[in-house]
Amino acid sequence: MKTGAASFIRNGDAVALAEIPGLDLDDFREQILQSCENNGRVMALFGQPGGADNVRLYVVLANDTEGQLTLCSTEVAARYPALTPACAQAHWFEREIAEQWGVLPEGHPWLKPIRFHHSCRPGHDAWNRSAETPLRPGVTDFFTMTGEEVHEVAVGPVHAGIIEPGHFRFQCHGEKVYHLEISLGYQHRGVERALVGGPNKRTIPYLETLAGDTTVGHTLAHCEAIEALAGCRVPARAQVLRAIAVELERLANHTGDLGALAGDVGYLPTASYCGRIRGDLLNLTALICGSRFGRGLVRPGGVLFDLDESRQSQLNERLEQARKDVTNAVNLLWDAPSVRSRFENAGPVSRATALELGLVGVAARASGIERDVRAQFPSGIYRFAQIPMSLYHTGTVFARAHVRWMEIQRSLAFIFDQLQGLPEGPVRAEIGPLASNRAVISLTEGWRGEICHVALTDPAGKFAHYKVVDPSFHNWMGLALALRNQQISDFPLCNKSFNLSYCGHDL
Amino acid sequence: MLKVLLARAHQKHRTVGFPKQPPVLPDRWRGRPQIDAAKCPDGCRVCADVCPTDAIRVEGRGVELDLGRCLFCPECERACPEGAIRFTAEHRLATSSRNALVLAEKEFQLAKALDEKSRRLFGRSLKLRQVSAGGCNGCEADVNVLTTVVFDLGRFGIQFVASPRHADGLLITGPVTQNMESALGQTYQAVPSPKLVIAVGACAISGGPYLGHAEQRNGVESVLPVDLYIPGCPPHPITILDGLLRLLGRLDSAC
Repeated sequence: MKTGAASFIRNGDAVALAEIPGLDLDDFREQILQSCENNGRVMALFGQPGGADNVRLYVVLANDTEGQLTLCSTEVAARYPALTPACAQAHWFEREIAEQWGVLPEGHPWLKPIRFHHSCRPGHDAWNRSAETPLRPGVTDFFTMTGEEVHEVAVGPVHAGIIEPGHFRFQCHGEKVYHLEISLGYQHRGVERALVGGPNKRTIPYLETLAGDTTVGHTLAHCEAIEALAGCRVPARAQVLRAIAVELERLANHTGDLGALAGDVGYLPTASYCGRIRGDLLNLTALICGSRFGRGLVRPGGVLFDLDESRQSQLNERLEQARKDVTNAVNLLWDAPSVRSRFENAGPVSRATALELGLVGVAARASGIERDVRAQFPSGIYRFAQIPMSLYHTGTVFARAHVRWMEIQRSLAFIFDQLQGLPEGPVRAEIGPLASNRAVISLTEGWRGEICHVALTDPAGKFAHYKVVDPSFHNWMGLALALRNQQISDFPLCNKSFNLSYCGHDL
Repeated sequence: MLKVLLARAHQKHRTVGFPKQPPVLPDRWRGRPQIDAAKCPDGCRVCADVCPTDAIRVEGRGVELDLGRCLFCPECERACPEGAIRFTAEHRLATSSRNALVLAEKEFQLAKALDEKSRRLFGRSLKLRQVSAGGCNGCEADVNVLTTVVFDLGRFGIQFVASPRHADGLLITGPVTQNMESALGQTYQAVPSPKLVIAVGACAISGGPYLGHAEQRNGVESVLPVDLYIPGCPPHPITILDGLLRLLGRLDSAC
């Protein structure tokens, strides 16, 4: 690996591993800190076994306004000075590195496990636990408050509703939350580890179930990575069908979220209509590929299912009906003063906080940050057909709901537009073997936000490492901070306004 | 108020006719697979080779497909050179035993209704606690929609409750991760006896795509006794509803 300044790469460009600058630790740190001071941010920061007994750290830095990515690496041994004190965005990544590789980020102010599994490097543990010590999820050193009438509320992992498991600790005084700490890892099933050595026949199912509600988003990010590594050009028709599927996924989930937000403030008309319309939208994905979640649709080289003419017109008609229904249902929400008064001041995250934490997706845009892969790092058909970015400035539950509503309207317009002039031609191209010793960064804007996959291939063209950063990975801390100074009874509302993924985080 | 009433009229009555009427499913939906082993060329094992979860076993001229592992992905159907394996529109998939999920020459045995005594207890009012133990939120999402107006689970007296202590049983999704094993066990202990356990989805039945990973337990059966298996990845809501109603003996014998 040569040393020197980091070079810029684009979303979906495969670069030779030898061209990734290998910096010394000081330069690596400097690169990250400099970037974050100059409109940059940490998109991914992860470790991989390096030379000797070392760990190689890779960082993906993004400059949203320039649409540029930087990838560089360094090698560390048992410990290194943590970035987090100077760069809060790195905090969750450094906890992950400590847990996965047993490297100690010295001076990390909040160093605790995030998934509760043993280190992937036997004999190295950031907390000096032996490999035989059973790990108990949720058992960690929680931040606590003391004082008269201060109390702690613990919730989960098994919740009251039909949702995934996570553990939440609230430090309260009366109804007011001073601090919320979120402890995850219950859904950890070893996906990243199992992806190494692929692609093989299980790779696609892993990707389709990374976060089952984001099947299309994650599978697309993966397929674009594969296509970059194999030098495959995806037919235009397939690119459009993929984008239609991504936007349908967004429509279904945003609609469901608006319904659930209505339900959380007890406004039942919108809650029940949107619950149903969400299903109508999922059924449109099933119209294309048979699965409501888009399983079996996106594959390396293109898609497995085409839209014949009758299916196109059916999709058009049913989407138009869903448009009318969702507009009707959501407008009720904005017209109800009782709903607006509950939404408007709840769960605020300031722009400054959102920037500092490196939030992505709906949560970032609702705090006024222009951050959307479709516009800033476009791939596939998004390079030619733009979707305007939906922004709001208050960072509250209302803002996150309103951004969703704007995105629903824009995704609808996009799909109608794309269906008008579907390119002719095949929907899948042949895909060859993957290039060896390459790295690729692949980004898509899933409905929750930025999905980042980084694949590194070995000399045989197999995955030497596969890093997945679900948008939830950046955003869980945003939820924790949104709860500060809020009523604990508003937790379900704030939580739903983020609607983050547990399995996408836990992997 | 007027707007709310007008909206109510616009949104119409949208509950499905199922189970009185047959379900309406998308034409590309992949339901219970059908195997015509007579079509298989000698020594061909293409379907078994492409199956991501090794759900298919080819031995001599016999082909077995384990629905408990099947992800209902299109790979085997697309790979088969003779069209010997295809997905049908059959939505009825739930069984009472793990073995019944293995499709072979024998007739597929759908889930049996509970015995008379249990049906007296649960038949008209079944309260379930859902536990996600490593699920990807796909099964969870399609269980959740049962409570919407479309499927209107409440009309059958079935309800998801907030506490295991209020529940008659557990509906479990996910392969049972190591990190959820203890919480799942405690939740089970908290359900008063007699209690039911329903495993929904390939993960909960066999580990699904995570089969064999050290981080999980290859499904619910390894930690708890299971009364009803509902395969799929995820199962269609109608398949889940069919399974629940079948268990409670709430379907006509013709269904």
